[in-house]
Amino acid sequence: MSSQSEVRFTDFKSDKQPTWCPGCGDFGTMNGMMKALANTGNDPDNTFLVAGIGCSGKIGTYMHSYAIHGVHGRALPVATGVKMARPDIEVMAAGGDGDGYSIGAGHFVHATRRNVDMTYVVMDNRIYGLTKGQASPTSRSDFETSTTPEGSQQPPVNPLALALASGATFIAQSFASDAIRHAEIIEEAIEHDGFGFVNVFSPCVTFNDVDTYDYFRDSLVDLKEEDHDRHDYEAAKGVILDADKEYQGVMYQNENSIPYHERHGVTENMAEIPDGAPENAMDLVREFY
Amino acid sequence: MTEDLNWAIGGEAGDGIDSTGKIFAQALSRAGRHVFTSKDFASRIRGGYTAYKIRTSTDRVQSVVDRLDILVALTQRTIDENLDELHEGSAVIYDGERSWDAEIPDEITAVDVPLKSLAEEAGGAIMLNVVALGAACEITGFDVAYLDEALEKRFGGKGSKIVDNNKDAARKGRDYVRENYDLDLGYALETTDEDYVLLNGDEAIGMGALAAGCRFYAGYPITPATNVMEYLIGRIEQYGGHVVQAEDELSAINMALGAARGGARSMTATSGPGIDLMAETFGLVATSETPLVIVDVMRSGPSTGMPTKQEQGDLNMTLYGGHGEIPRFVVAPTTIDECFWKTVEAFNYAEKYQTPVYVVADLALAVTEQTFSPETFDMDAVEIDRGNLLEDDQVSEWLDDQGHFRAHAATEDGISPRAIPGMTDGAHMSTGLEHDELGRRTEDTEVRVEQVDKRNRKVETAKAEEEWDYREFGDEDADNLVVSWGSNEGALREAVALLEDEDVPVRVISVPYLFPRPDLNEEFEAADDVIVVECNATGQFADVLEHDTLQRVKRINKYTGVRFKADELAEEITAKLNEEVPAQ
Repeated sequence: MSSQSEVRFTDFKSDKQPTWCPGCGDFGTMNGMMKALANTGNDPDNTFLVAGIGCSGKIGTYMHSYAIHGVHGRALPVATGVKMARPDIEVMAAGGDGDGYSIGAGHFVHATRRNVDMTYVVMDNRIYGLTKGQASPTSRSDFETSTTPEGSQQPPVNPLALALASGATFIAQSFASDAIRHAEIIEEAIEHDGFGFVNVFSPCVTFNDVDTYDYFRDSLVDLKEEDHDRHDYEAAKGVILDADKEYQGVMYQNENSIPYHERHGVTENMAEIPDGAPENAMDLVREFY
Repeated sequence: MTEDLNWAIGGEAGDGIDSTGKIFAQALSRAGRHVFTSKDFASRIRGGYTAYKIRTSTDRVQSVVDRLDILVALTQRTIDENLDELHEGSAVIYDGERSWDAEIPDEITAVDVPLKSLAEEAGGAIMLNVVALGAACEITGFDVAYLDEALEKRFGGKGSKIVDNNKDAARKGRDYVRENYDLDLGYALETTDEDYVLLNGDEAIGMGALAAGCRFYAGYPITPATNVMEYLIGRIEQYGGHVVQAEDELSAINMALGAARGGARSMTATSGPGIDLMAETFGLVATSETPLVIVDVMRSGPSTGMPTKQEQGDLNMTLYGGHGEIPRFVVAPTTIDECFWKTVEAFNYAEKYQTPVYVVADLALAVTEQTFSPETFDMDAVEIDRGNLLEDDQVSEWLDDQGHFRAHAATEDGISPRAIPGMTDGAHMSTGLEHDELGRRTEDTEVRVEQVDKRNRKVETAKAEEEWDYREFGDEDADNLVVSWGSNEGALREAVALLEDEDVPVRVISVPYLFPRPDLNEEFEAADDVIVVECNATGQFADVLEHDTLQRVKRINKYTGVRFKADELAEEITAKLNEEVPAQ
């Protein structure tokens, strides 16, 4: 394993060229993730990345680390399993809004409430990109797509509120094109002891002409410049449920967060087992006398 | 009178039937008697008929029979449900003071014991079942003192007063029968110096997992597999492991997959409906070449079917389930002790061949308890084979000229080197997408064929390297062959003895490996008749064997939801032998 000082963010880059559309927000999202991993002293050999399905899910191929690209919507359970087996490993899960808030919504709720020590990055472009432009759970209700020709007529999911309601201990939002802030926020999520959730606005330049770079650049309010106390639950609720504005920054952080594995006393590297049955294993049999 | 005794307690679900049965079974086991239990339960918490049956002998017992000697009846329905099995010489223990007038046929000895009043005298009506156990002891000549240890085990945690009250309740039941009846039904339960352990198939699977080094388990509660999870919770922690009760089966298998990618020996257990939900990830497990043990404790299907009833209907699902073509291993224990050993094997196959391994058990194995000598589970004999899991300094041998780890190297035997997180230079991507040997997505036709062949080659390697044998009993020279899988083995062993008495010799092959499976061509050719016995309607294993051997077989199928009984099987086999051979 390379020593910390030698790790550069490019060590997390694979030599595969991304097939994302030129200008896709996922480039910026990924760069920030790589920078944050390097800045927090990780290296590819002690990092495990679990990727979802869709454009965002391709990230596992473009980054370099131990990684798995799973089935649609199930990144979080996989990441949970990795972390429980290997509390010594840095675990990151990444996927899109469809992957995380539609097919994987149930897992999102439960990984959040378990407070598994990992960083979950959702590349939210408010559209299904890889299947060529259908409505996603975060699409605006009036947004016209191939499957919602008159708009979906349903309110979008508010992932931050969903996280808060599920007992999240770290809730943040960032913008892929605001490189420094984005990397900074991911870094904070990595350093959080527990489930670090970051919803990243990662614009789709091909299918979404509403939630564009310009839109986010003009409308996003940075909590760093507001008088926001991230440890204040009520204040967090205020910005998360604010219907008039969208924010970037850390909305909420629970100072008393105890990650799942610590709460359950899991400290060992579960990969290490004896050559035969464990010592005193006959006690397992004697229990049945 | 035979020394084989069949005892049962029946009543409403929620009446404590299960724990009462278990206490008696443990007492018999502590007295050095063999025990085989079966449960008849409904899929509800309270209400609905439920019964716990015990067959006990000083010889090994491994099946149920159609005979009941002593019945503790807490309701009229208990008597009605079991009328067929009661005989002259049977005794029914009931409480005549309770509000129902028990209707018991004249030829059966009715033993009216004021269970509830005596229990109240001993400290609480809740102990009425234990009073009944005391009464049963008196009728069967079984020393009530043997109950004491079982009562301590059951109630020890609740304090000595509770234990003492229960012991007293048992003695009150015994004394009541002794003082009010002069019974001689001929039962005299001998005891021996043997020390047996009493456990069910789910527990044996969980114990096998611990012995084999399983450290992570994720599952979702489902009958009849939940006991595996309940067994592991509270025990796996002492080895540094953990159980997660996942939000659903999709999550459970994905968590288990994640832990396995982390390098842990990892397992999930479920029943048929859960296997359906896991199918998508099952393909990913195989394609990403992740070692994983998946236990399917079968129950009646399809859909939610009959959750508390026996069936062997998932063979096709486990052999063929999942889209695309998925290399896999399927092992199926045929006895409770094999639930332990096959689980141990499953972990070794999973790591050696880096592929999912199904352990397919059935409800009859899972919920049935049986006595064994403790040495049956000799932990010194447990071997761990981690296959090609590399040491840290071996990773460099498997890098390509650009320094990438060849996680899916297309080796001759199909088995690749395996690096897990933390190993220097072993970082690599795995995916359910078709990939090259570095794990990177590809649609290159040559690489596709290379990787498919590589994965399938593991199965060929395993076929050549491992012994996919079977168990054989009965008359090895007999012209007629009976083939079975799963829990039917126990009943068949006793059926063979019954058939021998009638001069109908049969040879029985019980198959614990469903894929890869033993080659039975020679055995089939040598036999006049082949009968395949299984608990399903269509004969899934019979179909597979016909396909393997190109020979038609006769079939005995039971899909009532109830397991085979020895005497029933003996009759059916005789009848089948007299039938015409099906057309080739």
